[in-house]
Amino acid sequence: MILLVILVPFTLGAVAFAWPDNRTRPALLVAGAIVHVLGIASLWIQPEGPVMNGYLFLDAAGKVVLTTSSVLFLASAVYAQGYLRHRSDRDNRVFVGGLLVLLSAMTTVGMAQHLGVLWVAIEITTLATAPLIYFNHNPRSLEAAWKYLLVSSLGIALALLGTFFLALSGAGPDGPKSLLLGDLIRAGPQLSQPWVRAAFVFLLVGYGTKMGLAPLHSWKPDAYGEAPGLLGALLAGGITNFAFLSVVRVLQVTTAAGEGAFARDALLGLGLLSMALAAVFMAGQRDFKRMLAYSSVEHMGILAVALGLGGSAVTGAFYHVLNNGLAKGVLFLTAGNIHRAYGSKRIDDVRGAARRLPVSGPLFLAGFLAVTGTPPFSPFWSEFMILNGAIASGRYLVAGLFLLFLAVIFIGMGATVLHVVQGSDEGAPVVPGFRETWLTAGPPLLLMLAVLALGLWLPRPLMGLFTAAARLVTGA
Amino acid sequence: MGAWTDMAFILVVVLDLFLLASSRLGAAIRAVALQGALLSLLALLLTGSGHSVGHMLVVAGGAFFIKAVLIPWLMFRAIREMAIRREMEPLVGYVPSMILGGVGVVLSFAFSRGLPLPTNEMHPFLVPTALATVWTGLLLVVSRRKAVTQVLGFLVLENGVFVFGLLLTDFMPVMVEAGVLLDLLAAVFVMGIVMFQINREFASLDTDALSSLKD
Repeated sequence: MILLVILVPFTLGAVAFAWPDNRTRPALLVAGAIVHVLGIASLWIQPEGPVMNGYLFLDAAGKVVLTTSSVLFLASAVYAQGYLRHRSDRDNRVFVGGLLVLLSAMTTVGMAQHLGVLWVAIEITTLATAPLIYFNHNPRSLEAAWKYLLVSSLGIALALLGTFFLALSGAGPDGPKSLLLGDLIRAGPQLSQPWVRAAFVFLLVGYGTKMGLAPLHSWKPDAYGEAPGLLGALLAGGITNFAFLSVVRVLQVTTAAGEGAFARDALLGLGLLSMALAAVFMAGQRDFKRMLAYSSVEHMGILAVALGLGGSAVTGAFYHVLNNGLAKGVLFLTAGNIHRAYGSKRIDDVRGAARRLPVSGPLFLAGFLAVTGTPPFSPFWSEFMILNGAIASGRYLVAGLFLLFLAVIFIGMGATVLHVVQGSDEGAPVVPGFRETWLTAGPPLLLMLAVLALGLWLPRPLMGLFTAAARLVTGA
Repeated sequence: MGAWTDMAFILVVVLDLFLLASSRLGAAIRAVALQGALLSLLALLLTGSGHSVGHMLVVAGGAFFIKAVLIPWLMFRAIREMAIRREMEPLVGYVPSMILGGVGVVLSFAFSRGLPLPTNEMHPFLVPTALATVWTGLLLVVSRRKAVTQVLGFLVLENGVFVFGLLLTDFMPVMVEAGVLLDLLAAVFVMGIVMFQINREFASLDTDALSSLKD
């Protein structure tokens, strides 16, 4: 089953490149998504041991991220049916094929237990994403794709150097001479500590670039702003979460080697910086898709802060991966609908979305409330858990800054969102022939209901999974 | 033998500095190609008793083909088809970037002295050369405007990573090395395609024209 959920999307991706008919090709996305969701569900019911000599294995941390992305991909795949029908003028061969290859690569990241395999899979996600950002084939999307490719490639090259450092740290006479996660963690203190420390710096910069942590986030506003909404959802709720998972893997090794305190301080610093930067750039943002990009910077910052705090905050981090992923799905998919209904993503042009788009408009507002941590939506609980972790460990300054940034971001983002949603849409640009359909409004609605349901009631197995995932990192 | 290896390492660093000071694209591409050839030579020269010779031949041959032949050829084709002007207009001037590069070389030697290798050392110049080359690559990417030069910078960065990877040939699976080469090819391939598109859209390969997305 582990190999199946990697190979089926990949094969379907190849089929998509060969498929002759532009109108029926998007159906392959739904086929791939359904197989993937069923495969992950079967791995929930019947867990499997490691395969391929232990290179691939679905552990608790991978399961959290992979389940989130699987659900998000299904929602995006259904949404894509409506979206690509609306954009039937454009050849969708590369788009559909690329998305399926991306799903396959993301699944590999989720299951990789070998840092070399992990690195290769992360590289493939980058290569698969760049052409997707260029879907609209205009100068602005070209610029965004170029920036994404260049900045991500730099990050990936540095991550490779970091991976080499880590391999070297275990190359001593007693070392494991391996990049398998299990071997490295078992070797623990036998690894050469200075090299582990150097490796962590390079790997954090490398995978941090893919996560979009400040100050390595420069690709994010452009890529999210120019990419189609559903790709934004997969970037913000999928790829960046997998980059977070890669950082978690590195942190597992670093902690086992006895350099955990240094690593956590670095994460805490980058996380708080990301939240601060998001707060600054969120205020007065005139483009609502770019605003969502800064929201993604903020939430990756929250995840980094939680990892940096350690202890119970790490459980909150994995909970937040799920909540943020689903809420970002709502925001990006509805933002895509609003963008198409007005033909603009500038808030000077867009107003009264609640009136023009009776489902997507209110959902955009609800998604904003959820993602900024308003009860009873589920992100509130995960952010609360992280804050609690900060206070429990006596980090009052961190807790205070965390709350301050959340409050500033709530106000800054709220101003933009309310401007888009409220009021009358008279005088705003009209795109003839656009109508909201269930294919484009249904998926974000279901995601929103999931965010609400998870906020009201968290099933015990899920909580158990978050705790198990956190235990991998904290070792407690 | 030892003198040749020393020479090869020194030449790699000299090429780094040359690239930082070079204003002509053709010369820069040739320098990167030469650097790639030197790397494959180094891979052979450093083959000790512990390695399987066949494996090293494959790695060296692959590196030579991709780094010294294929990619330079692609780059030459790209600049010919786009009829790019000779000189590059750097954000950071040639002299300052040379100085920064020199500082990088010194720091690389200091860094590798401070971090003793846990394994037996292959060559005292290996780690500093790798780090200096990575640093040069980073400098080139951030301080140059032309898309072609940025790709060249990325190649130099990858060359540095490759030099460091030579340390691991004893125990790294082949797959990861193949990943290095594959990555290089794939990255430039995609970048090349994007470059052609940039050309079509802007009729120039100046990434400064790519600045409508700002906050």
